[in-house]
Amino acid sequence: MYPAYLEENIHIVEDTRVRRLIEAVPRLDEAGKADLLRRYHPDYIATSMRKLQVGVNRGDSTPVELADLLEGSSRLDPDEIDPSKPDYNVDVVVIGCGGAGASAALLAHEGGARVLVTTKLRLGDANTVGAQAGTQAADRPEDSPAQHYLDTVGGGHFANIPELVEVLVKDAPSAIKWLERLGVNWDKAPDGAMHELSGGGTSRRRLHSARDYTGLEEMRVLRDELINNKIEYLEFAPAVELILDDKGQIAGAILLNLETEELIVVRARAVVLATGGIGRLHIQGFPTTNHYGATADGLVLAYRAGAGLIFIDTMQYHPTGAAYPLQILGQLVTEKVRTLGAQLVNGSGGQFVMPLEPRDVVASAIIRECRERQTGLRTPHGEIGVWLDSPMIDILRGEGTIARELPAMVRQFRRYNIDITREPILVYPTLHYQNGGIKIDTEGATGVPGLFAAGECTGGVHGRNRLIGNSTLDLFVFGRRAGAAAARYAREVKRGSPTLEHVRRWQQELAQAGIAGERPVSPRILPGYARRTHNHARLGI
Amino acid sequence: MTEQARLIDIYVMGRHCRVPEGLTILTALEYSGYRVVRGCGCRAGFCGACATIYNFKNDPQLRYDLACQKAVEPEMCLVQVPFFPAQKATYSLEKLRANGDIIRALYPDIVKCFGCNTCTKTCPQELEVMWFMSDALRGDIGAVAEKSFDCVMCGLCAARCPQGLVPYNVALLARRLYGRYLAPESAHVDKRIAEIASGDYDAEIDALKKAPEEELRRKYAGRDMEPALEQQWE
Repeated sequence: MYPAYLEENIHIVEDTRVRRLIEAVPRLDEAGKADLLRRYHPDYIATSMRKLQVGVNRGDSTPVELADLLEGSSRLDPDEIDPSKPDYNVDVVVIGCGGAGASAALLAHEGGARVLVTTKLRLGDANTVGAQAGTQAADRPEDSPAQHYLDTVGGGHFANIPELVEVLVKDAPSAIKWLERLGVNWDKAPDGAMHELSGGGTSRRRLHSARDYTGLEEMRVLRDELINNKIEYLEFAPAVELILDDKGQIAGAILLNLETEELIVVRARAVVLATGGIGRLHIQGFPTTNHYGATADGLVLAYRAGAGLIFIDTMQYHPTGAAYPLQILGQLVTEKVRTLGAQLVNGSGGQFVMPLEPRDVVASAIIRECRERQTGLRTPHGEIGVWLDSPMIDILRGEGTIARELPAMVRQFRRYNIDITREPILVYPTLHYQNGGIKIDTEGATGVPGLFAAGECTGGVHGRNRLIGNSTLDLFVFGRRAGAAAARYAREVKRGSPTLEHVRRWQQELAQAGIAGERPVSPRILPGYARRTHNHARLGI
Repeated sequence: MTEQARLIDIYVMGRHCRVPEGLTILTALEYSGYRVVRGCGCRAGFCGACATIYNFKNDPQLRYDLACQKAVEPEMCLVQVPFFPAQKATYSLEKLRANGDIIRALYPDIVKCFGCNTCTKTCPQELEVMWFMSDALRGDIGAVAEKSFDCVMCGLCAARCPQGLVPYNVALLARRLYGRYLAPESAHVDKRIAEIASGDYDAEIDALKKAPEEELRRKYAGRDMEPALEQQWE
């Protein structure tokens, strides 16, 4: 239930619906978009960024929260641990088990490798399960992979790596098919035609969905398949460092048992990093849609081992995070709500942006509305937001559409006595996705021999802004490729002797740059949410 | 906000704590100084990691929910339920056939259900768990898939079932069978896969890959946009 003054404002939203039914806000041209982004997008706040002082990407700018961790000290003392005495000895270790990690593990297993999957939380506790709107694939007659290519590079501001985009769009229909063969239930018509919707920045209806539980459905199936294949896995065991060998090749990873706090040494011929996103670093203080473990660990591990990163100065702020109620602040209100026809409306009942522009554009327009034009609405807790007019969906598409297409959203707001079929949703941008990450080629290979990466921890395919439905697609396309390539690599590699020498070198490099001890230890592993008060000193036992 | 909000009394594993109104069970635990490792995942109501059981100081009736979604209330007594191993049949989906007997064959215990409806009352997603379990017993794969679709697999139904059944894994089997064998085939997907394999789009994509940025920008700006609505609104 909204407080009375917001209920009052909803009447204005209701009164303008008839007008808005026939009102179309024009798409912005390229110059208009560039201007909007430059003035309002959080990426353009120069004081939020810092140039890296050490490592392969020295001189590149990145948010200070990430810079701190990339320049952080290792959690390990290399003299205290012997990487040549492994607890596990496998061909491929997959670090992280969301959609990309699970796909990689399945394909590496299929490729004949002995696989170990390790994950910070449980199998599948990842951003994948929160992906609601769908997965892109150009498979309708009106559509083509070339059209998908054009949409993707345009959304990414033409910075995307062409070879990666080509693979993304060409592999897309087979990724959809692969998931269906594994038992994913896609929304489709009785004749088998996929039920596909448009999204922000897509010129065709191309989003494959499973109600608004798309990522959950994909993850449930992949996790089950992993277990059915008896692939070995460790939960609550995040990686804290990679192991190289004396030839500079990957040789394994050191994991941490989160509960016993023991270290686990894994010897592996190849490593696939699939550690996901960054949201729990709360860049610029934004709330986030991300899961509890999204702390950019994979970027830190890869960077310290000598792999290059790309586009680490650009984050995606999802335009529609919940601004009310407080309990779900910053949680995702799926883009599918706009896809189905909901408009964005300010406090005077006016539209201010075409609702299906790419995400960075829509987010910037909302920030302009709230910060500069002061037409947003303030919540009792001091948050600010604009209306996402969800009831328009049932008006446009018929009564019952919202209940059928958006059960998760209906359920989430019903808990707080808000009926999104009758009342709009108050929204504000929320930290959602890292557009960049570890640089990879079309097989997921990084700059370090034997180190592969896939999914949100990588960069290049989405350029400077990812489109809706291309993230889950990325997981399956590049997860599968990285897994298969890692298994092939593992068969052929001639191993050297494992060492943590690169960690020693890293600490020296930090000392030379004069920043040793200035930064926190990394990777972060979990955010520090437990409240600590100054008069409650803590003792370890 | 938290400093100005009204403080309410809750009990975390018996310990009295005062927390601001407006938190979830999960953030109330963190406010009280607990660092959660198990029992926390997506923090958005999708992963099912934070299944929780609670009651009230003066009302011993147990209640069930997701800790990241449920708002904390005065006099709540909280514990976190760790996600524990449950029975799961392992199978190769490719070797199964989608006839109604397969669920009973892989989960023979489902015949032991005596209809107490505890599973339904426990489900934080408010699914009709007992009904889809009886559909499973009858071998109606489609009905199980439909009714269980919004399951986040938090495990509470299995935790509370007096007969030790695991509805969330039974439902997963049914959904996978449905998706693999019973959903209508999508001919247009197969057709597109074949076209891509035979190189039909190579030239067009190659041209885009090689196009100078100016030309790409022009093409992008000039795209024809398919209407978002399947049928035009009048």
